[in-house]
Amino acid sequence: MTGLSFRYGERVALDEVSLSAEAGRFTALLGPNGAGKSTLFSLLTRLLISRQGQIRIAGHDLEREPRAALAALGVVFQDATLDLDLTVAQNLRYFSRLHGLPPRQAEQRAEEELTRLGLWERRNEKVRALNGGHRRRVEIARALLHRPAVLILDEPTVGLDPPTRRLLVDHIHQLCATTGMAVLWATHLIDEVDPASDRVVILHRGRIRAAGDVPVVLAAAHSDSLADAFRHFTPESPPAQEAR
Amino acid sequence: MLWLLALRGIVGREILRFLHQRERFLGALVRPLIWLLVFAAGFRAALGVAIVPPYQTYIPYEVYIVPGLLGMIQLFNGMQSSLSMVYDREMGSMRLLLTSPLPRWWLLVCKLVAGVAVSLLQCWAFLLIATLFGIELPGPGWLTVLPALILNGIMLGALGLVLSSTIRQLENFAGVMNFVVFPLFFCSPALYPLYKMRESSETLYWICEFNPFGHGVELIRHALYGQVSWPDLGVVAAVALALLALAVRGYDPRRGLMKRKGG
Repeated sequence: MTGLSFRYGERVALDEVSLSAEAGRFTALLGPNGAGKSTLFSLLTRLLISRQGQIRIAGHDLEREPRAALAALGVVFQDATLDLDLTVAQNLRYFSRLHGLPPRQAEQRAEEELTRLGLWERRNEKVRALNGGHRRRVEIARALLHRPAVLILDEPTVGLDPPTRRLLVDHIHQLCATTGMAVLWATHLIDEVDPASDRVVILHRGRIRAAGDVPVVLAAAHSDSLADAFRHFTPESPPAQEAR
Repeated sequence: MLWLLALRGIVGREILRFLHQRERFLGALVRPLIWLLVFAAGFRAALGVAIVPPYQTYIPYEVYIVPGLLGMIQLFNGMQSSLSMVYDREMGSMRLLLTSPLPRWWLLVCKLVAGVAVSLLQCWAFLLIATLFGIELPGPGWLTVLPALILNGIMLGALGLVLSSTIRQLENFAGVMNFVVFPLFFCSPALYPLYKMRESSETLYWICEFNPFGHGVELIRHALYGQVSWPDLGVVAAVALALLALAVRGYDPRRGLMKRKGG
């Protein structure tokens, strides 16, 4: 996205934001609460539209070719979006149809994704019977059914226990490496970033404060830990959390 | 193909959800049945209905109100699906729907068709119970009423969509009952023919004449007896289209009705 601005009435939520998520890499969008992350996600998923700036997803302009752009996008929303009274399989089937996957292919991919996340045996259970971590996994499996080129996740680990968080973070890192998918992962938890391979974008009060590979961001902040760099770039906000 | 798959997915989900929510099914049936079996029983002595089209003979009051109650089922269903849209939006599953790679107007049409499908199930269940209680309805009416129910369902579903695009929070929804459902229902020929209304107040009569729900009820009434009421058909179709256009506008991200506070 380039030069993206958005305001709610008088309040500026995003100001000239430009950032990119590269194919095959995990880009962490770090920002304290209220930084503008959710607005950014609403713009990326075309729930909101900005008159200023441009968003391209896998080469498609979101404004001019919204359908091609959305077809290349996988989304895991911050709020749960599963139907609790339907089974895991029914939830995935609904999504597959929304994305026009032929039934046989839909079943096959559901099996692949659920197996990969260890939930295939539970496909006929109602989502209501699953715990928070498992529900998240189902949402991730679902977001991958149509093989998106870009996967965006809005604080997907909020409310999860540390082992589950670790599992999801590792899983997405692995997906990035093996499938060549571009991942944009919004979080305010520093320890979800892998300093060796990830890119980091720090968003604060609607503006990009730093962006690049971890060493680059550290150098710009003259610090040797990402937590310090985060504090440096987001003054007057609560300190970043190492873990919950 | 993609469009039809999405339609199948959305309608399937809505029907599954409806069947899972037994209380909703029950609630949808209990409401009109109370009107039919209790209200009508007490009221039949007080209100004699003259012969009005499409009836060719005097009919008991409970037969008169069946089409109105079918309309009521659809009215409540339309509001219920719009309530579920507001709920969906708060819960995020609306976001999931809107990120599907299809034109938004088609997604809304799918939602609408799904709501109508659910209301048809409710209407048939109601007719079945009414028949079991001895209300006499023409046999072919079960099928001839179908197109009228579909059209009326689309109109009321579109009304629900318009409301859901403007109402932000679930809490505000209670007002809809007072300001939309009750006036629409009582200012219509659902419970009494409009000539009765005219005897008491000319102004009220004209208000009723401008109520699209009333035309929907008359459309259903005629269809139940194998007749087409063209003026009512025209009004319902026109209002349905207009409301649908408004709903599509309401869900257009450029218009910003989807705006919500973001972090």
